[in-house]
Amino acid sequence: MTSSTDRVVVTGFGATTPLGGDAPSTWRALLDGQSGAALLDDDWAADLPVRIAARAATDPADVLPPPRLRSLDRSQQLALVAGLEAWRDAGAPDVEPQRLGVVVSSGIGGLTTVLDQYDVLRTRGARRVSPFTVPMIMPNGPAATLALELSARAGAHAPVSACASGAEAIAMGSDLIRAGRADVVVCGGAEAVVHPLPLAAFAAMRALSSRHDAPAEASRPFDKQRDGFVLGEGAAILVLESESHALARGATRYAVVAGAGMANDAHHIAAPDPDGVGAARAMSLALADAALSPTDVIHVNAHATSTPAGDVAEASALRRVFGNALDGIAVTATKSCTGHLLGAAGALEAGVTCLALRDRVVPAIRNLDDPDDEAVLDLVRMAPRQIAGGAALSNSFGFGGHDVALVFTEV
Amino acid sequence: MSDENLLAALGEIVQEATGIPAARVVPAASFVDDLDIDSLSMVEIATMAEDRFHVSIPDSELAKLKTVGDVLEFLAKAGVPA
Repeated sequence: MTSSTDRVVVTGFGATTPLGGDAPSTWRALLDGQSGAALLDDDWAADLPVRIAARAATDPADVLPPPRLRSLDRSQQLALVAGLEAWRDAGAPDVEPQRLGVVVSSGIGGLTTVLDQYDVLRTRGARRVSPFTVPMIMPNGPAATLALELSARAGAHAPVSACASGAEAIAMGSDLIRAGRADVVVCGGAEAVVHPLPLAAFAAMRALSSRHDAPAEASRPFDKQRDGFVLGEGAAILVLESESHALARGATRYAVVAGAGMANDAHHIAAPDPDGVGAARAMSLALADAALSPTDVIHVNAHATSTPAGDVAEASALRRVFGNALDGIAVTATKSCTGHLLGAAGALEAGVTCLALRDRVVPAIRNLDDPDDEAVLDLVRMAPRQIAGGAALSNSFGFGGHDVALVFTEV
Repeated sequence: MSDENLLAALGEIVQEATGIPAARVVPAASFVDDLDIDSLSMVEIATMAEDRFHVSIPDSELAKLKTVGDVLEFLAKAGVPA
């Protein structure tokens, strides 16, 4: 059983991303400053205003048996790949099914299945629509897929908050353990919507970079020349565990989930509050939840999507919270390499933040040639930076005004 | 198409839809009890069989197809050449 004074620790991490088919290869590529973005050469992309995306480096079809593919949306396939890796990485914890929970989100869900099956409906008729369509499109599909796979019976949840979903899943997973409702929770996010409609729709919002002449340089958070984000796909799953449970079985601990904070801008459905009030509130709440002060933090993994408005709003929010302490905090932006994994982004960046604390190194921000004067931050550029031990904060924000901040500390 | 060929074709469909080896698809096998095939996969198998054998399998008939042999019998009755 979990005691109320127990800390929540991270004991497993799995990821399938534009940089690699697992967490270790993703981490190495991040430290190398590689890009997962490329020009889309598919016929369907030819007439789109934006033809850049960061696809998963390893197609789940190369990893999962074909019958599994038929009944799972691509987001669920990616969640399964990352979830199984995280579970193995955690040492396949021996935990009662009733004490094992799942919290896995997707920002958009099974949209490509919706579109594909609508094509089937129109061209071949209702009787040819796949009987798996509903389980493939439901937003809780990735969570349910992992619950089924791991026999997790303490509950399976899918908090949805657009691009903050993955981070919110980790916050909720931590809460389940703190509340004594589970000993182990598998949590994170998955997303797979590299498809003409989402690309056209995000492009219609003027949210995407159109740097077609140099796709690997398109995602450039905090750079003066940034012009939008790069749509990515993938999944990232963490295994959270009460520390007493982890210690009892001799598990390796990556980091401690020290605190979480959530807020909403209630400012605009898609645009960030330029003053970053909600974002700052989420960060302050996370620090308070962790019983830490701004000077305890040595590293920030920024949400930083590479949009003109979002990055400076986040910089403003960081200054609001950390004040002068911000000048010594190493800030990185994972999306410069991975693109924006939407509902999986917060989970991936949480995992990466834990690895930064474990290895005491922060990956550099790719493509940061000329930092924006309005982003007065200690941005890690050109090469990874060694850090001392301490606490790190990961931000995630989403359309809808969602603000989520997670704080991790060394074990 | 001989009985063996019909069985082999059905085995291919089941293997494609579920991953269960075609060799396990024998006339006496129950879809639920022996092959552990769920109701959604059963619907998919029926749809694939309709396409492959050019027959229609109404839902009322599908519910009665408990074993591989039941399907072979249904296909024979539907006029699929054995």
